Amino acid sequence: MRKVAAVGVGMTKFSGKQDKTVVELFAEAAIDAINEANLKPKDIQALFMGNALGDFAEGQAQPQAFAADYIGAHHIPANKYENACASSTAAFRDAFLWVASGFYDIVLVGGAETAAKMGTPLATRTFAMASDSRYEYPCGITFPGVFALIAHLYAKKYSIPLEKLKQQMAQVTVNSHYYGARNPKAQFQKEITVDDVLTSFMVCQPLQLYDCCPFSDGGSAIVLVSEEKAKKLTQKPVYVAGVGQASAGNLLSQKEYLPRIRSRELAAEQSYKMSGLSPKDIDVIELHDCFSIATIVALDSLGFFEYGKSGEAVEKGETRIGGKIAVNPSGGLKAKGHPIGATGTAQVYEIVRQLRGECGERQVEGAKTGMTDTLGGDGGTLCNVILQRGW
Amino acid sequence: MEHKLNFKQYSEALKENKLLGLKCKQCGDITVPPKIACGKCYGTDLDIVELSGKGKIQTFTTVFVPPEGREDECPYVIVLVELDEGPWIMGNLTGIDPNKVNMEIMGKSVKMGHAVFPGDKFSAGEEARPVFSLGT
Repeated sequence: MRKVAAVGVGMTKFSGKQDKTVVELFAEAAIDAINEANLKPKDIQALFMGNALGDFAEGQAQPQAFAADYIGAHHIPANKYENACASSTAAFRDAFLWVASGFYDIVLVGGAETAAKMGTPLATRTFAMASDSRYEYPCGITFPGVFALIAHLYAKKYSIPLEKLKQQMAQVTVNSHYYGARNPKAQFQKEITVDDVLTSFMVCQPLQLYDCCPFSDGGSAIVLVSEEKAKKLTQKPVYVAGVGQASAGNLLSQKEYLPRIRSRELAAEQSYKMSGLSPKDIDVIELHDCFSIATIVALDSLGFFEYGKSGEAVEKGETRIGGKIAVNPSGGLKAKGHPIGATGTAQVYEIVRQLRGECGERQVEGAKTGMTDTLGGDGGTLCNVILQRGW
Repeated sequence: MEHKLNFKQYSEALKENKLLGLKCKQCGDITVPPKIACGKCYGTDLDIVELSGKGKIQTFTTVFVPPEGREDECPYVIVLVELDEGPWIMGNLTGIDPNKVNMEIMGKSVKMGHAVFPGDKFSAGEEARPVFSLGT
């Protein structure tokens, strides 16, 4: 396989409901990425786009074809990836594989979503479509509901009093908002306190409003090229060192592992093995904090802390910049926002810029190796990417 | 390949308070809800068995922000139950104040009844689900 580099990245501001469409948001990020790569839309050989709910938000199926045309990459092959919240990381992995294989030299990968446009009731309904429609949805399961079930399981399995766990979860949110306040593209650029989290309204017991990421609109895109092209296009190529992806059945079928997410353990193992790296080599990670408890569960499974100890690590500041592992310096899904089809490549956007040293107040000094972690559904899809400086 | 037990048959049986599962002829493990292959050894030679519908609550949540179309049911309690036969199943919990439920119910014994989700414009029609109540 050939080495593959990210040579251009783009991202719209993430926000609540706004006026642009999925195709427009994608295009905004895509053109920025293409310009940054010193390329033209006609240089792009194929497009890989994450979008989960365009059909419901705008009545728009196959936005990828319209996106390719809209940006001036006429008639190139264009595919959409629907892997719930992990859509654009699944797209990224496939885009990487096509370039690594030698079939393409220059591709565009990204995603967009207009979830905020749907409003809370419809967005809650459509997000729940990523659970099992036969054996879970009839019970009225929602996305926060899934992680609420996991939170209680986590407290019991690791014998952490729920009040203690909720303090740790609240600290996850406080950290996200601290960094979101330093990211001009974040949906929420406002610091909050543990008390704000613990006094917000209950969504799904024990998850309160500020334990949950928002519904968001936004787009993100990355230009991936072969090593040979990268050397001609940029002084600062960021190489894809490892990728991993795994799937799982509904929550019930994961009973042997819960509250661990087995698909994450498998995907992470693949990406560590492929890169020859281990958790101690990672300087910065953008991980899937759709809910505060999800960060704690992810940190356990990715190998950064012992199982059951990640909440404590968060409380001790070990997940902040300067701690053992810098987690979600972008503000994460919680503060940066979670336009689901755009989320995975927005995580890559942040890591690429961190490795290039372009993140200002939220810069992880000297970061050389970064990782992304994206979860779709209740673990139905899990993707990891490890990125490294190429200079 | 034919399904030994599909969703429609499973859902229709639930409407009569019967919880159907599949017993693998190869390894003896029980798969419920049904799959085309045994959840443990992936064997496809399966027998339909009726399960007790009894088990213990493993975890729960109370939903206060519902999806579109389910506003009238709110707040409601969702549980994951480990059946006496081993598998986990999702259901609702009734006979308890949803505003007062807490982690003390984890580990408690429950028995199964059912309710029917009538379906909405997105779903594939009527779908039954287990509704549990405390007790044996």
